[in-house]
Amino acid sequence: MTDQTNPLVEMKNISISFGGIHAVENASVDLYPGEVVALLGHNGAGKSTLIKVLSGAYRRDEGDILINGETADIRTPRDAKKYGIETIYQTLAVADNVDAAANLYLGRELQTKWGTLDDVAMEANTRKVMGRLNPNFKRFKEPVKALSGGQRQSVAIARAILFDARILIMDEPTAALGPQETAQVGDLIKQLKQDGIGIFLISHDIHDVFDLADRVFVMKNGKVVGHARTEDVTKDEVLGMIILGKVPPGATPGPGAMRIS
Amino acid sequence: MAETAHTTTTGGAGQTGNIVSRFFRATEIDTRMLGMVGALLIIWVGFHILTGGLFLTPRNLWNLSVQTASVAVMATGMVLVIVTRNIDLSVGSILGFTGMVMGVLQARMLPELLGFDHPAIWIIALACGLLIGGLIGTLHGLIIAFLGVPSFIVTLGGLLIWRGATWFVTSGQTVAPMDVNFRLMGGGTEGSIGATWSWVVGIIACLAIAVAIVNARHQRKRFHFPRRPIWAEYVLVGLGCVVVLGAVMIANNYFWPVNIARRYAEANNIAWPEGGLLISQGIAVPVLMAIAAGIVMTFIATRLRFGRYVFAIGGNPEAAELAGIKTRWVTVKIFALMGVLCAIAAAISTARLNAATNAQGELDELYTIAAAVIGGTSLAGGIGSIAGAMLGALVMQSLQSGMVLLGIDTPFQRIVVGAVLVVAVWLDTVYRARSK
Repeated sequence: MTDQTNPLVEMKNISISFGGIHAVENASVDLYPGEVVALLGHNGAGKSTLIKVLSGAYRRDEGDILINGETADIRTPRDAKKYGIETIYQTLAVADNVDAAANLYLGRELQTKWGTLDDVAMEANTRKVMGRLNPNFKRFKEPVKALSGGQRQSVAIARAILFDARILIMDEPTAALGPQETAQVGDLIKQLKQDGIGIFLISHDIHDVFDLADRVFVMKNGKVVGHARTEDVTKDEVLGMIILGKVPPGATPGPGAMRIS
Repeated sequence: MAETAHTTTTGGAGQTGNIVSRFFRATEIDTRMLGMVGALLIIWVGFHILTGGLFLTPRNLWNLSVQTASVAVMATGMVLVIVTRNIDLSVGSILGFTGMVMGVLQARMLPELLGFDHPAIWIIALACGLLIGGLIGTLHGLIIAFLGVPSFIVTLGGLLIWRGATWFVTSGQTVAPMDVNFRLMGGGTEGSIGATWSWVVGIIACLAIAVAIVNARHQRKRFHFPRRPIWAEYVLVGLGCVVVLGAVMIANNYFWPVNIARRYAEANNIAWPEGGLLISQGIAVPVLMAIAAGIVMTFIATRLRFGRYVFAIGGNPEAAELAGIKTRWVTVKIFALMGVLCAIAAAISTARLNAATNAQGELDELYTIAAAVIGGTSLAGGIGSIAGAMLGALVMQSLQSGMVLLGIDTPFQRIVVGAVLVVAVWLDTVYRARSK
């Protein structure tokens, strides 16, 4: 996959700080179409912060974002959506008290020619998308609060792919799920990959990452330690990158790599 | 468990359960709302018995509807405020201030410019009131949304500020009387639409119910969604029409007081008949205004993007923000709308009193919040319905006027209303916990 010439996303030398603390410093990552790139690191390593810059939840202090080789101006979640970037947040970010269709179309509701909500059309499309993702899903009329973790997750994912996302950001997509539901999400990621969607996967679970990702980027203390193709490194070597910042021979070192004196 | 509990996908109605639960499932009637209607009926029948048959008379029910109108109008807006996890403590003071401004305009300033009883006076006065109400609400909303001051504090400040401002408009003097056309908004003999028009309104309402249900069925058919069984649709239409036409009949059964009827007969050279002249009051104008406010607000809350955003913000503010909703502007709009509704309520209550006073609308903020909360609006945000809040207002007013009929003193009335509020919310909490 990485032999393709044009990256879908390039984030170059991104820095962002909160009150003098550098949450992300001089970080660069890239993503190609049909590729899954995992971002790994400890809590507070800066992976969620970096990705929130791409999804428009945070504004970067420095650096550039290129989408299809062109500079993208992303300041708000709305901007990010214009570039086909959809995010599934760790907290799921669904409105608990409204139903699945309302969540899927939140912020982009379909309207009738009178300017009123076209609930029926929205529900029809929702049924179509959910039928593809999770054929067992039947509870269209109930508030999302009443659904199980996996069902809520499928609502969050359906919401992202409903609008032809080209770049999907998944922040700990399986953190709240049981083993069976985790496997479902894994299948879904493979399916989306085949459709040519680029996926950023943020995860704690190194096993998940090796199952799903083509490449890994490891972050530590706000800096990129290095990146590697999953087939070129072992799990232990990646753990070494996460914990010590030690870059194995199969990986390319970044600015956060441990200095070997 | 989650999947098996919900198997009503084919045909709309489940085949399990006894006839009562099947009926409710088929008609999709909200049982919580039904509980409120039940409570209301118990209150009504209870007072009817206690007062020895004074409560359920056309006269008392008609008065009850007029007395409820002002708080009911404000409660429709309070629902949206509370749904977004805010509160508005200033509605009574905004009512007082806009009412006073409208009073001064129509009783002092406009007659000097246009002449006494000029037909444009009431329109100008009302328009100014609505504008000022909207501006006050916008100001509150801007401070809450963009300066980050909690709504509780902003509107607590508003409660004091606008009450004080009311005093400054006339240095505390009461303004009376109101313009003759403006007074129609307060109800009374003049401010009611009479028997014929009441029937017209009733029949239009019945047709609207039928059209809405047929239309909903067509929409669901078009996209192959489960539909209610056809008998359930007929039951719903029938029930709606019975309620509407029953209400019209009651309003038409309350006749003009003898003195006014006699004066009217003399003025129009009608011979005074043996049994007295029976002229129906019909539905009161303020009640029509409240119903219109309820319909418009329900439309806004359920059929427009704005309403969808209000509920989404209440359910999960962070998710709404991340979905690209401009949550701050939604907050500003909600408070602006609340201000406009306060001005409408002010028009109703000044017209009814035929005066604008310093104390107008005092404690109304609490009755409005209580009405919304009794009507099922959750202070935790995200849940609430306009119709519920209006019913809540009716429950509160029923309690009060029932106690007035019983001759209970004001202090004790307050104790009862306070206790009922707490008990109602407790029951609701129990109900919600069980239905989870």
